[in-house]
Amino acid sequence: MKRLLTIFAASAALLTLGSARAEGELFIYNWTEYTPPELVEKFEKETGIKVSVDTYDSNETLLAKLQAGATGYDLVVPSQNFVPIMIKEGLIQKVAVYDLPNYKNYVDSWKKPEWDPEHEYTAPWQWGTTSFAYHNDYSGKGESLKEFFEPSEELRGRLSVFPTPDEVVSLANIYLGIPFCSEDPKQMKKVQDLLVAQKEYVVAYNNETMSDLIASGEALMTNHWNGYARLGRLAGAPVNYAYPKEGVVGWFDSLVVPSSAKNVENARKFMNFMMDPVNMAILTENQGYGDAIKGTAQYYSEELKSAPEVNPPADLNVVFAPTCSPKAQSLIDKVWTKVMQ
Amino acid sequence: MSNWLPKSAAGRRWLGLAPSYFVIGIFMLVPMIIMGVFSFLEPNPYGGVKPVGSLAAYVKLFFEYDLEDNLVFNPGYLNIILRSFQLSFGATLLCLIFGFPVAYYITLQPENRRNFYIYLITIPFWTNLLIRTFAWIIILGRGGVIETPLLWAGIIEDSLRMMYTDGAIAIGLTYSYLPLMVLPIYASLEKLDFRLLEAASDLYANRFEIMTKVVIPLCKPGIIAGCILVFIPCLGAFIAPNLLGGGKKLMLGSLVQFQFASARNWPFGSALSMLLLSAVVVTLIFYARAARKREVTEGSA
Repeated sequence: MKRLLTIFAASAALLTLGSARAEGELFIYNWTEYTPPELVEKFEKETGIKVSVDTYDSNETLLAKLQAGATGYDLVVPSQNFVPIMIKEGLIQKVAVYDLPNYKNYVDSWKKPEWDPEHEYTAPWQWGTTSFAYHNDYSGKGESLKEFFEPSEELRGRLSVFPTPDEVVSLANIYLGIPFCSEDPKQMKKVQDLLVAQKEYVVAYNNETMSDLIASGEALMTNHWNGYARLGRLAGAPVNYAYPKEGVVGWFDSLVVPSSAKNVENARKFMNFMMDPVNMAILTENQGYGDAIKGTAQYYSEELKSAPEVNPPADLNVVFAPTCSPKAQSLIDKVWTKVMQ
Repeated sequence: MSNWLPKSAAGRRWLGLAPSYFVIGIFMLVPMIIMGVFSFLEPNPYGGVKPVGSLAAYVKLFFEYDLEDNLVFNPGYLNIILRSFQLSFGATLLCLIFGFPVAYYITLQPENRRNFYIYLITIPFWTNLLIRTFAWIIILGRGGVIETPLLWAGIIEDSLRMMYTDGAIAIGLTYSYLPLMVLPIYASLEKLDFRLLEAASDLYANRFEIMTKVVIPLCKPGIIAGCILVFIPCLGAFIAPNLLGGGKKLMLGSLVQFQFASARNWPFGSALSMLLLSAVVVTLIFYARAARKREVTEGSA
């Protein structure tokens, strides 16, 4: 019995030791390949905080994880249209981003966004566009969303589409000229018919290895994000990011702190760290999307400045998706479930 | 010291088993009960459940409200269930075809070498299933390990398009669960009295007859156990269908995962899980009854 007590005492001591060290930790839950290791190392070096990164593949997965009560994450990175849902469901907390020293660097045109007008919850990460990209061997030029949604025969079994409805349905809305978050079943029926017909050509529903699919030739065309397409191109894949005339879906990803976060102050330190132009430039250089911080451009490389993926045509129509009402959302879910059957 | 232990043998047995009851209760029964309860609730539009009782999730298995809210019969999910059973059955058959000879070969080895071979069978488990499944993309894919030499030798002219098909899913499932077939078959073959084989050939049985009339009947429990161990996880698999099937053709496992992650319909995901669970339980009941019948006939013989 005495020995048992010793073991208990020892493990209790170990536990307290563990929690003492846990004060210097930060758990980030971010999209796949969206957190440059050098940035994490720089933050660790400057602050002494130990950072751990875990990844997810879609806003839907992130929301489901938080809804399921996933705890232990201090920072997550949802897109703009998921921020109001998370606020409404009480999944993220106010952290007074406007009070952080580096908040002064926030680009004015991005201030007061409708998803968080007072900047109580969100610090900027990256913003970019969702469109499609094509292989050098593809005969078209990626001029219209028609090439993606109503593909030609050469794309039969060689088209890759994102596996979650969020951006795909928005893109279909742009193509069909239907407003985002439509509550009209007849309009959504058109979206459903379009996506069901498109499925005939789809080789895979994927949003993690698009450039690999292009590189291997498994796909000639794939849904893509602009910065991720640049990364694929730099890695040697024959990827061309398309700017269709109808327009593309825009998104703005932000750092937010889940309600269950344990290291809120460390999360705020990271938010402040990211609003420093030197650090944000490292992220933008690595990812190739846009940032919303003043003074980053002076740190960009020539390659990034001239990359086609970050220099869209001046007349490109970029449409940011709002948060849909439950009714519109349930129509989107129905459409997607039908496509997935 | 031991006076707080129960006096009766039965009491002590209960106490001894208590930790396992506790573990099963917490890690198996409680989650299952949560699933069961969730399946009778209404979905919250942004994930989670509303505490309102509803049979909608079960109705949805067979019927759907179309976009204009009319209730119509929908064979979509039944097709997915059927496809899951077909693919799982195919994978189980392939596992049996490849697994049985391996198990038999190991049994024929000298005793000191057998353990080493069994150890080799378990090596794939050292690596994450996701990574091992990913490797099949490189093997089966366009310009992959299989295609490149064939293309080079001029045997094929275009890609075989093996990836993102039902066949790729079946191969992935077979690969994932093959060890689960080999091990139980080996366990029952190991106990086989090889003098029976000699006796059979003394009685003019040829090799084929020895296999079908002596070896297979004697290791039938191992074969059945192996088939169940492979078939059940195949039904719930979602890594192989997503990675190797391209997520186009859902299986039950990926459908459940889809309901929780993307479609935000937790009650329906729970109802599907309950359906999957009942399929498994029914399979096991049949197995248990067959085993009991066999014991009875063997006992009376």
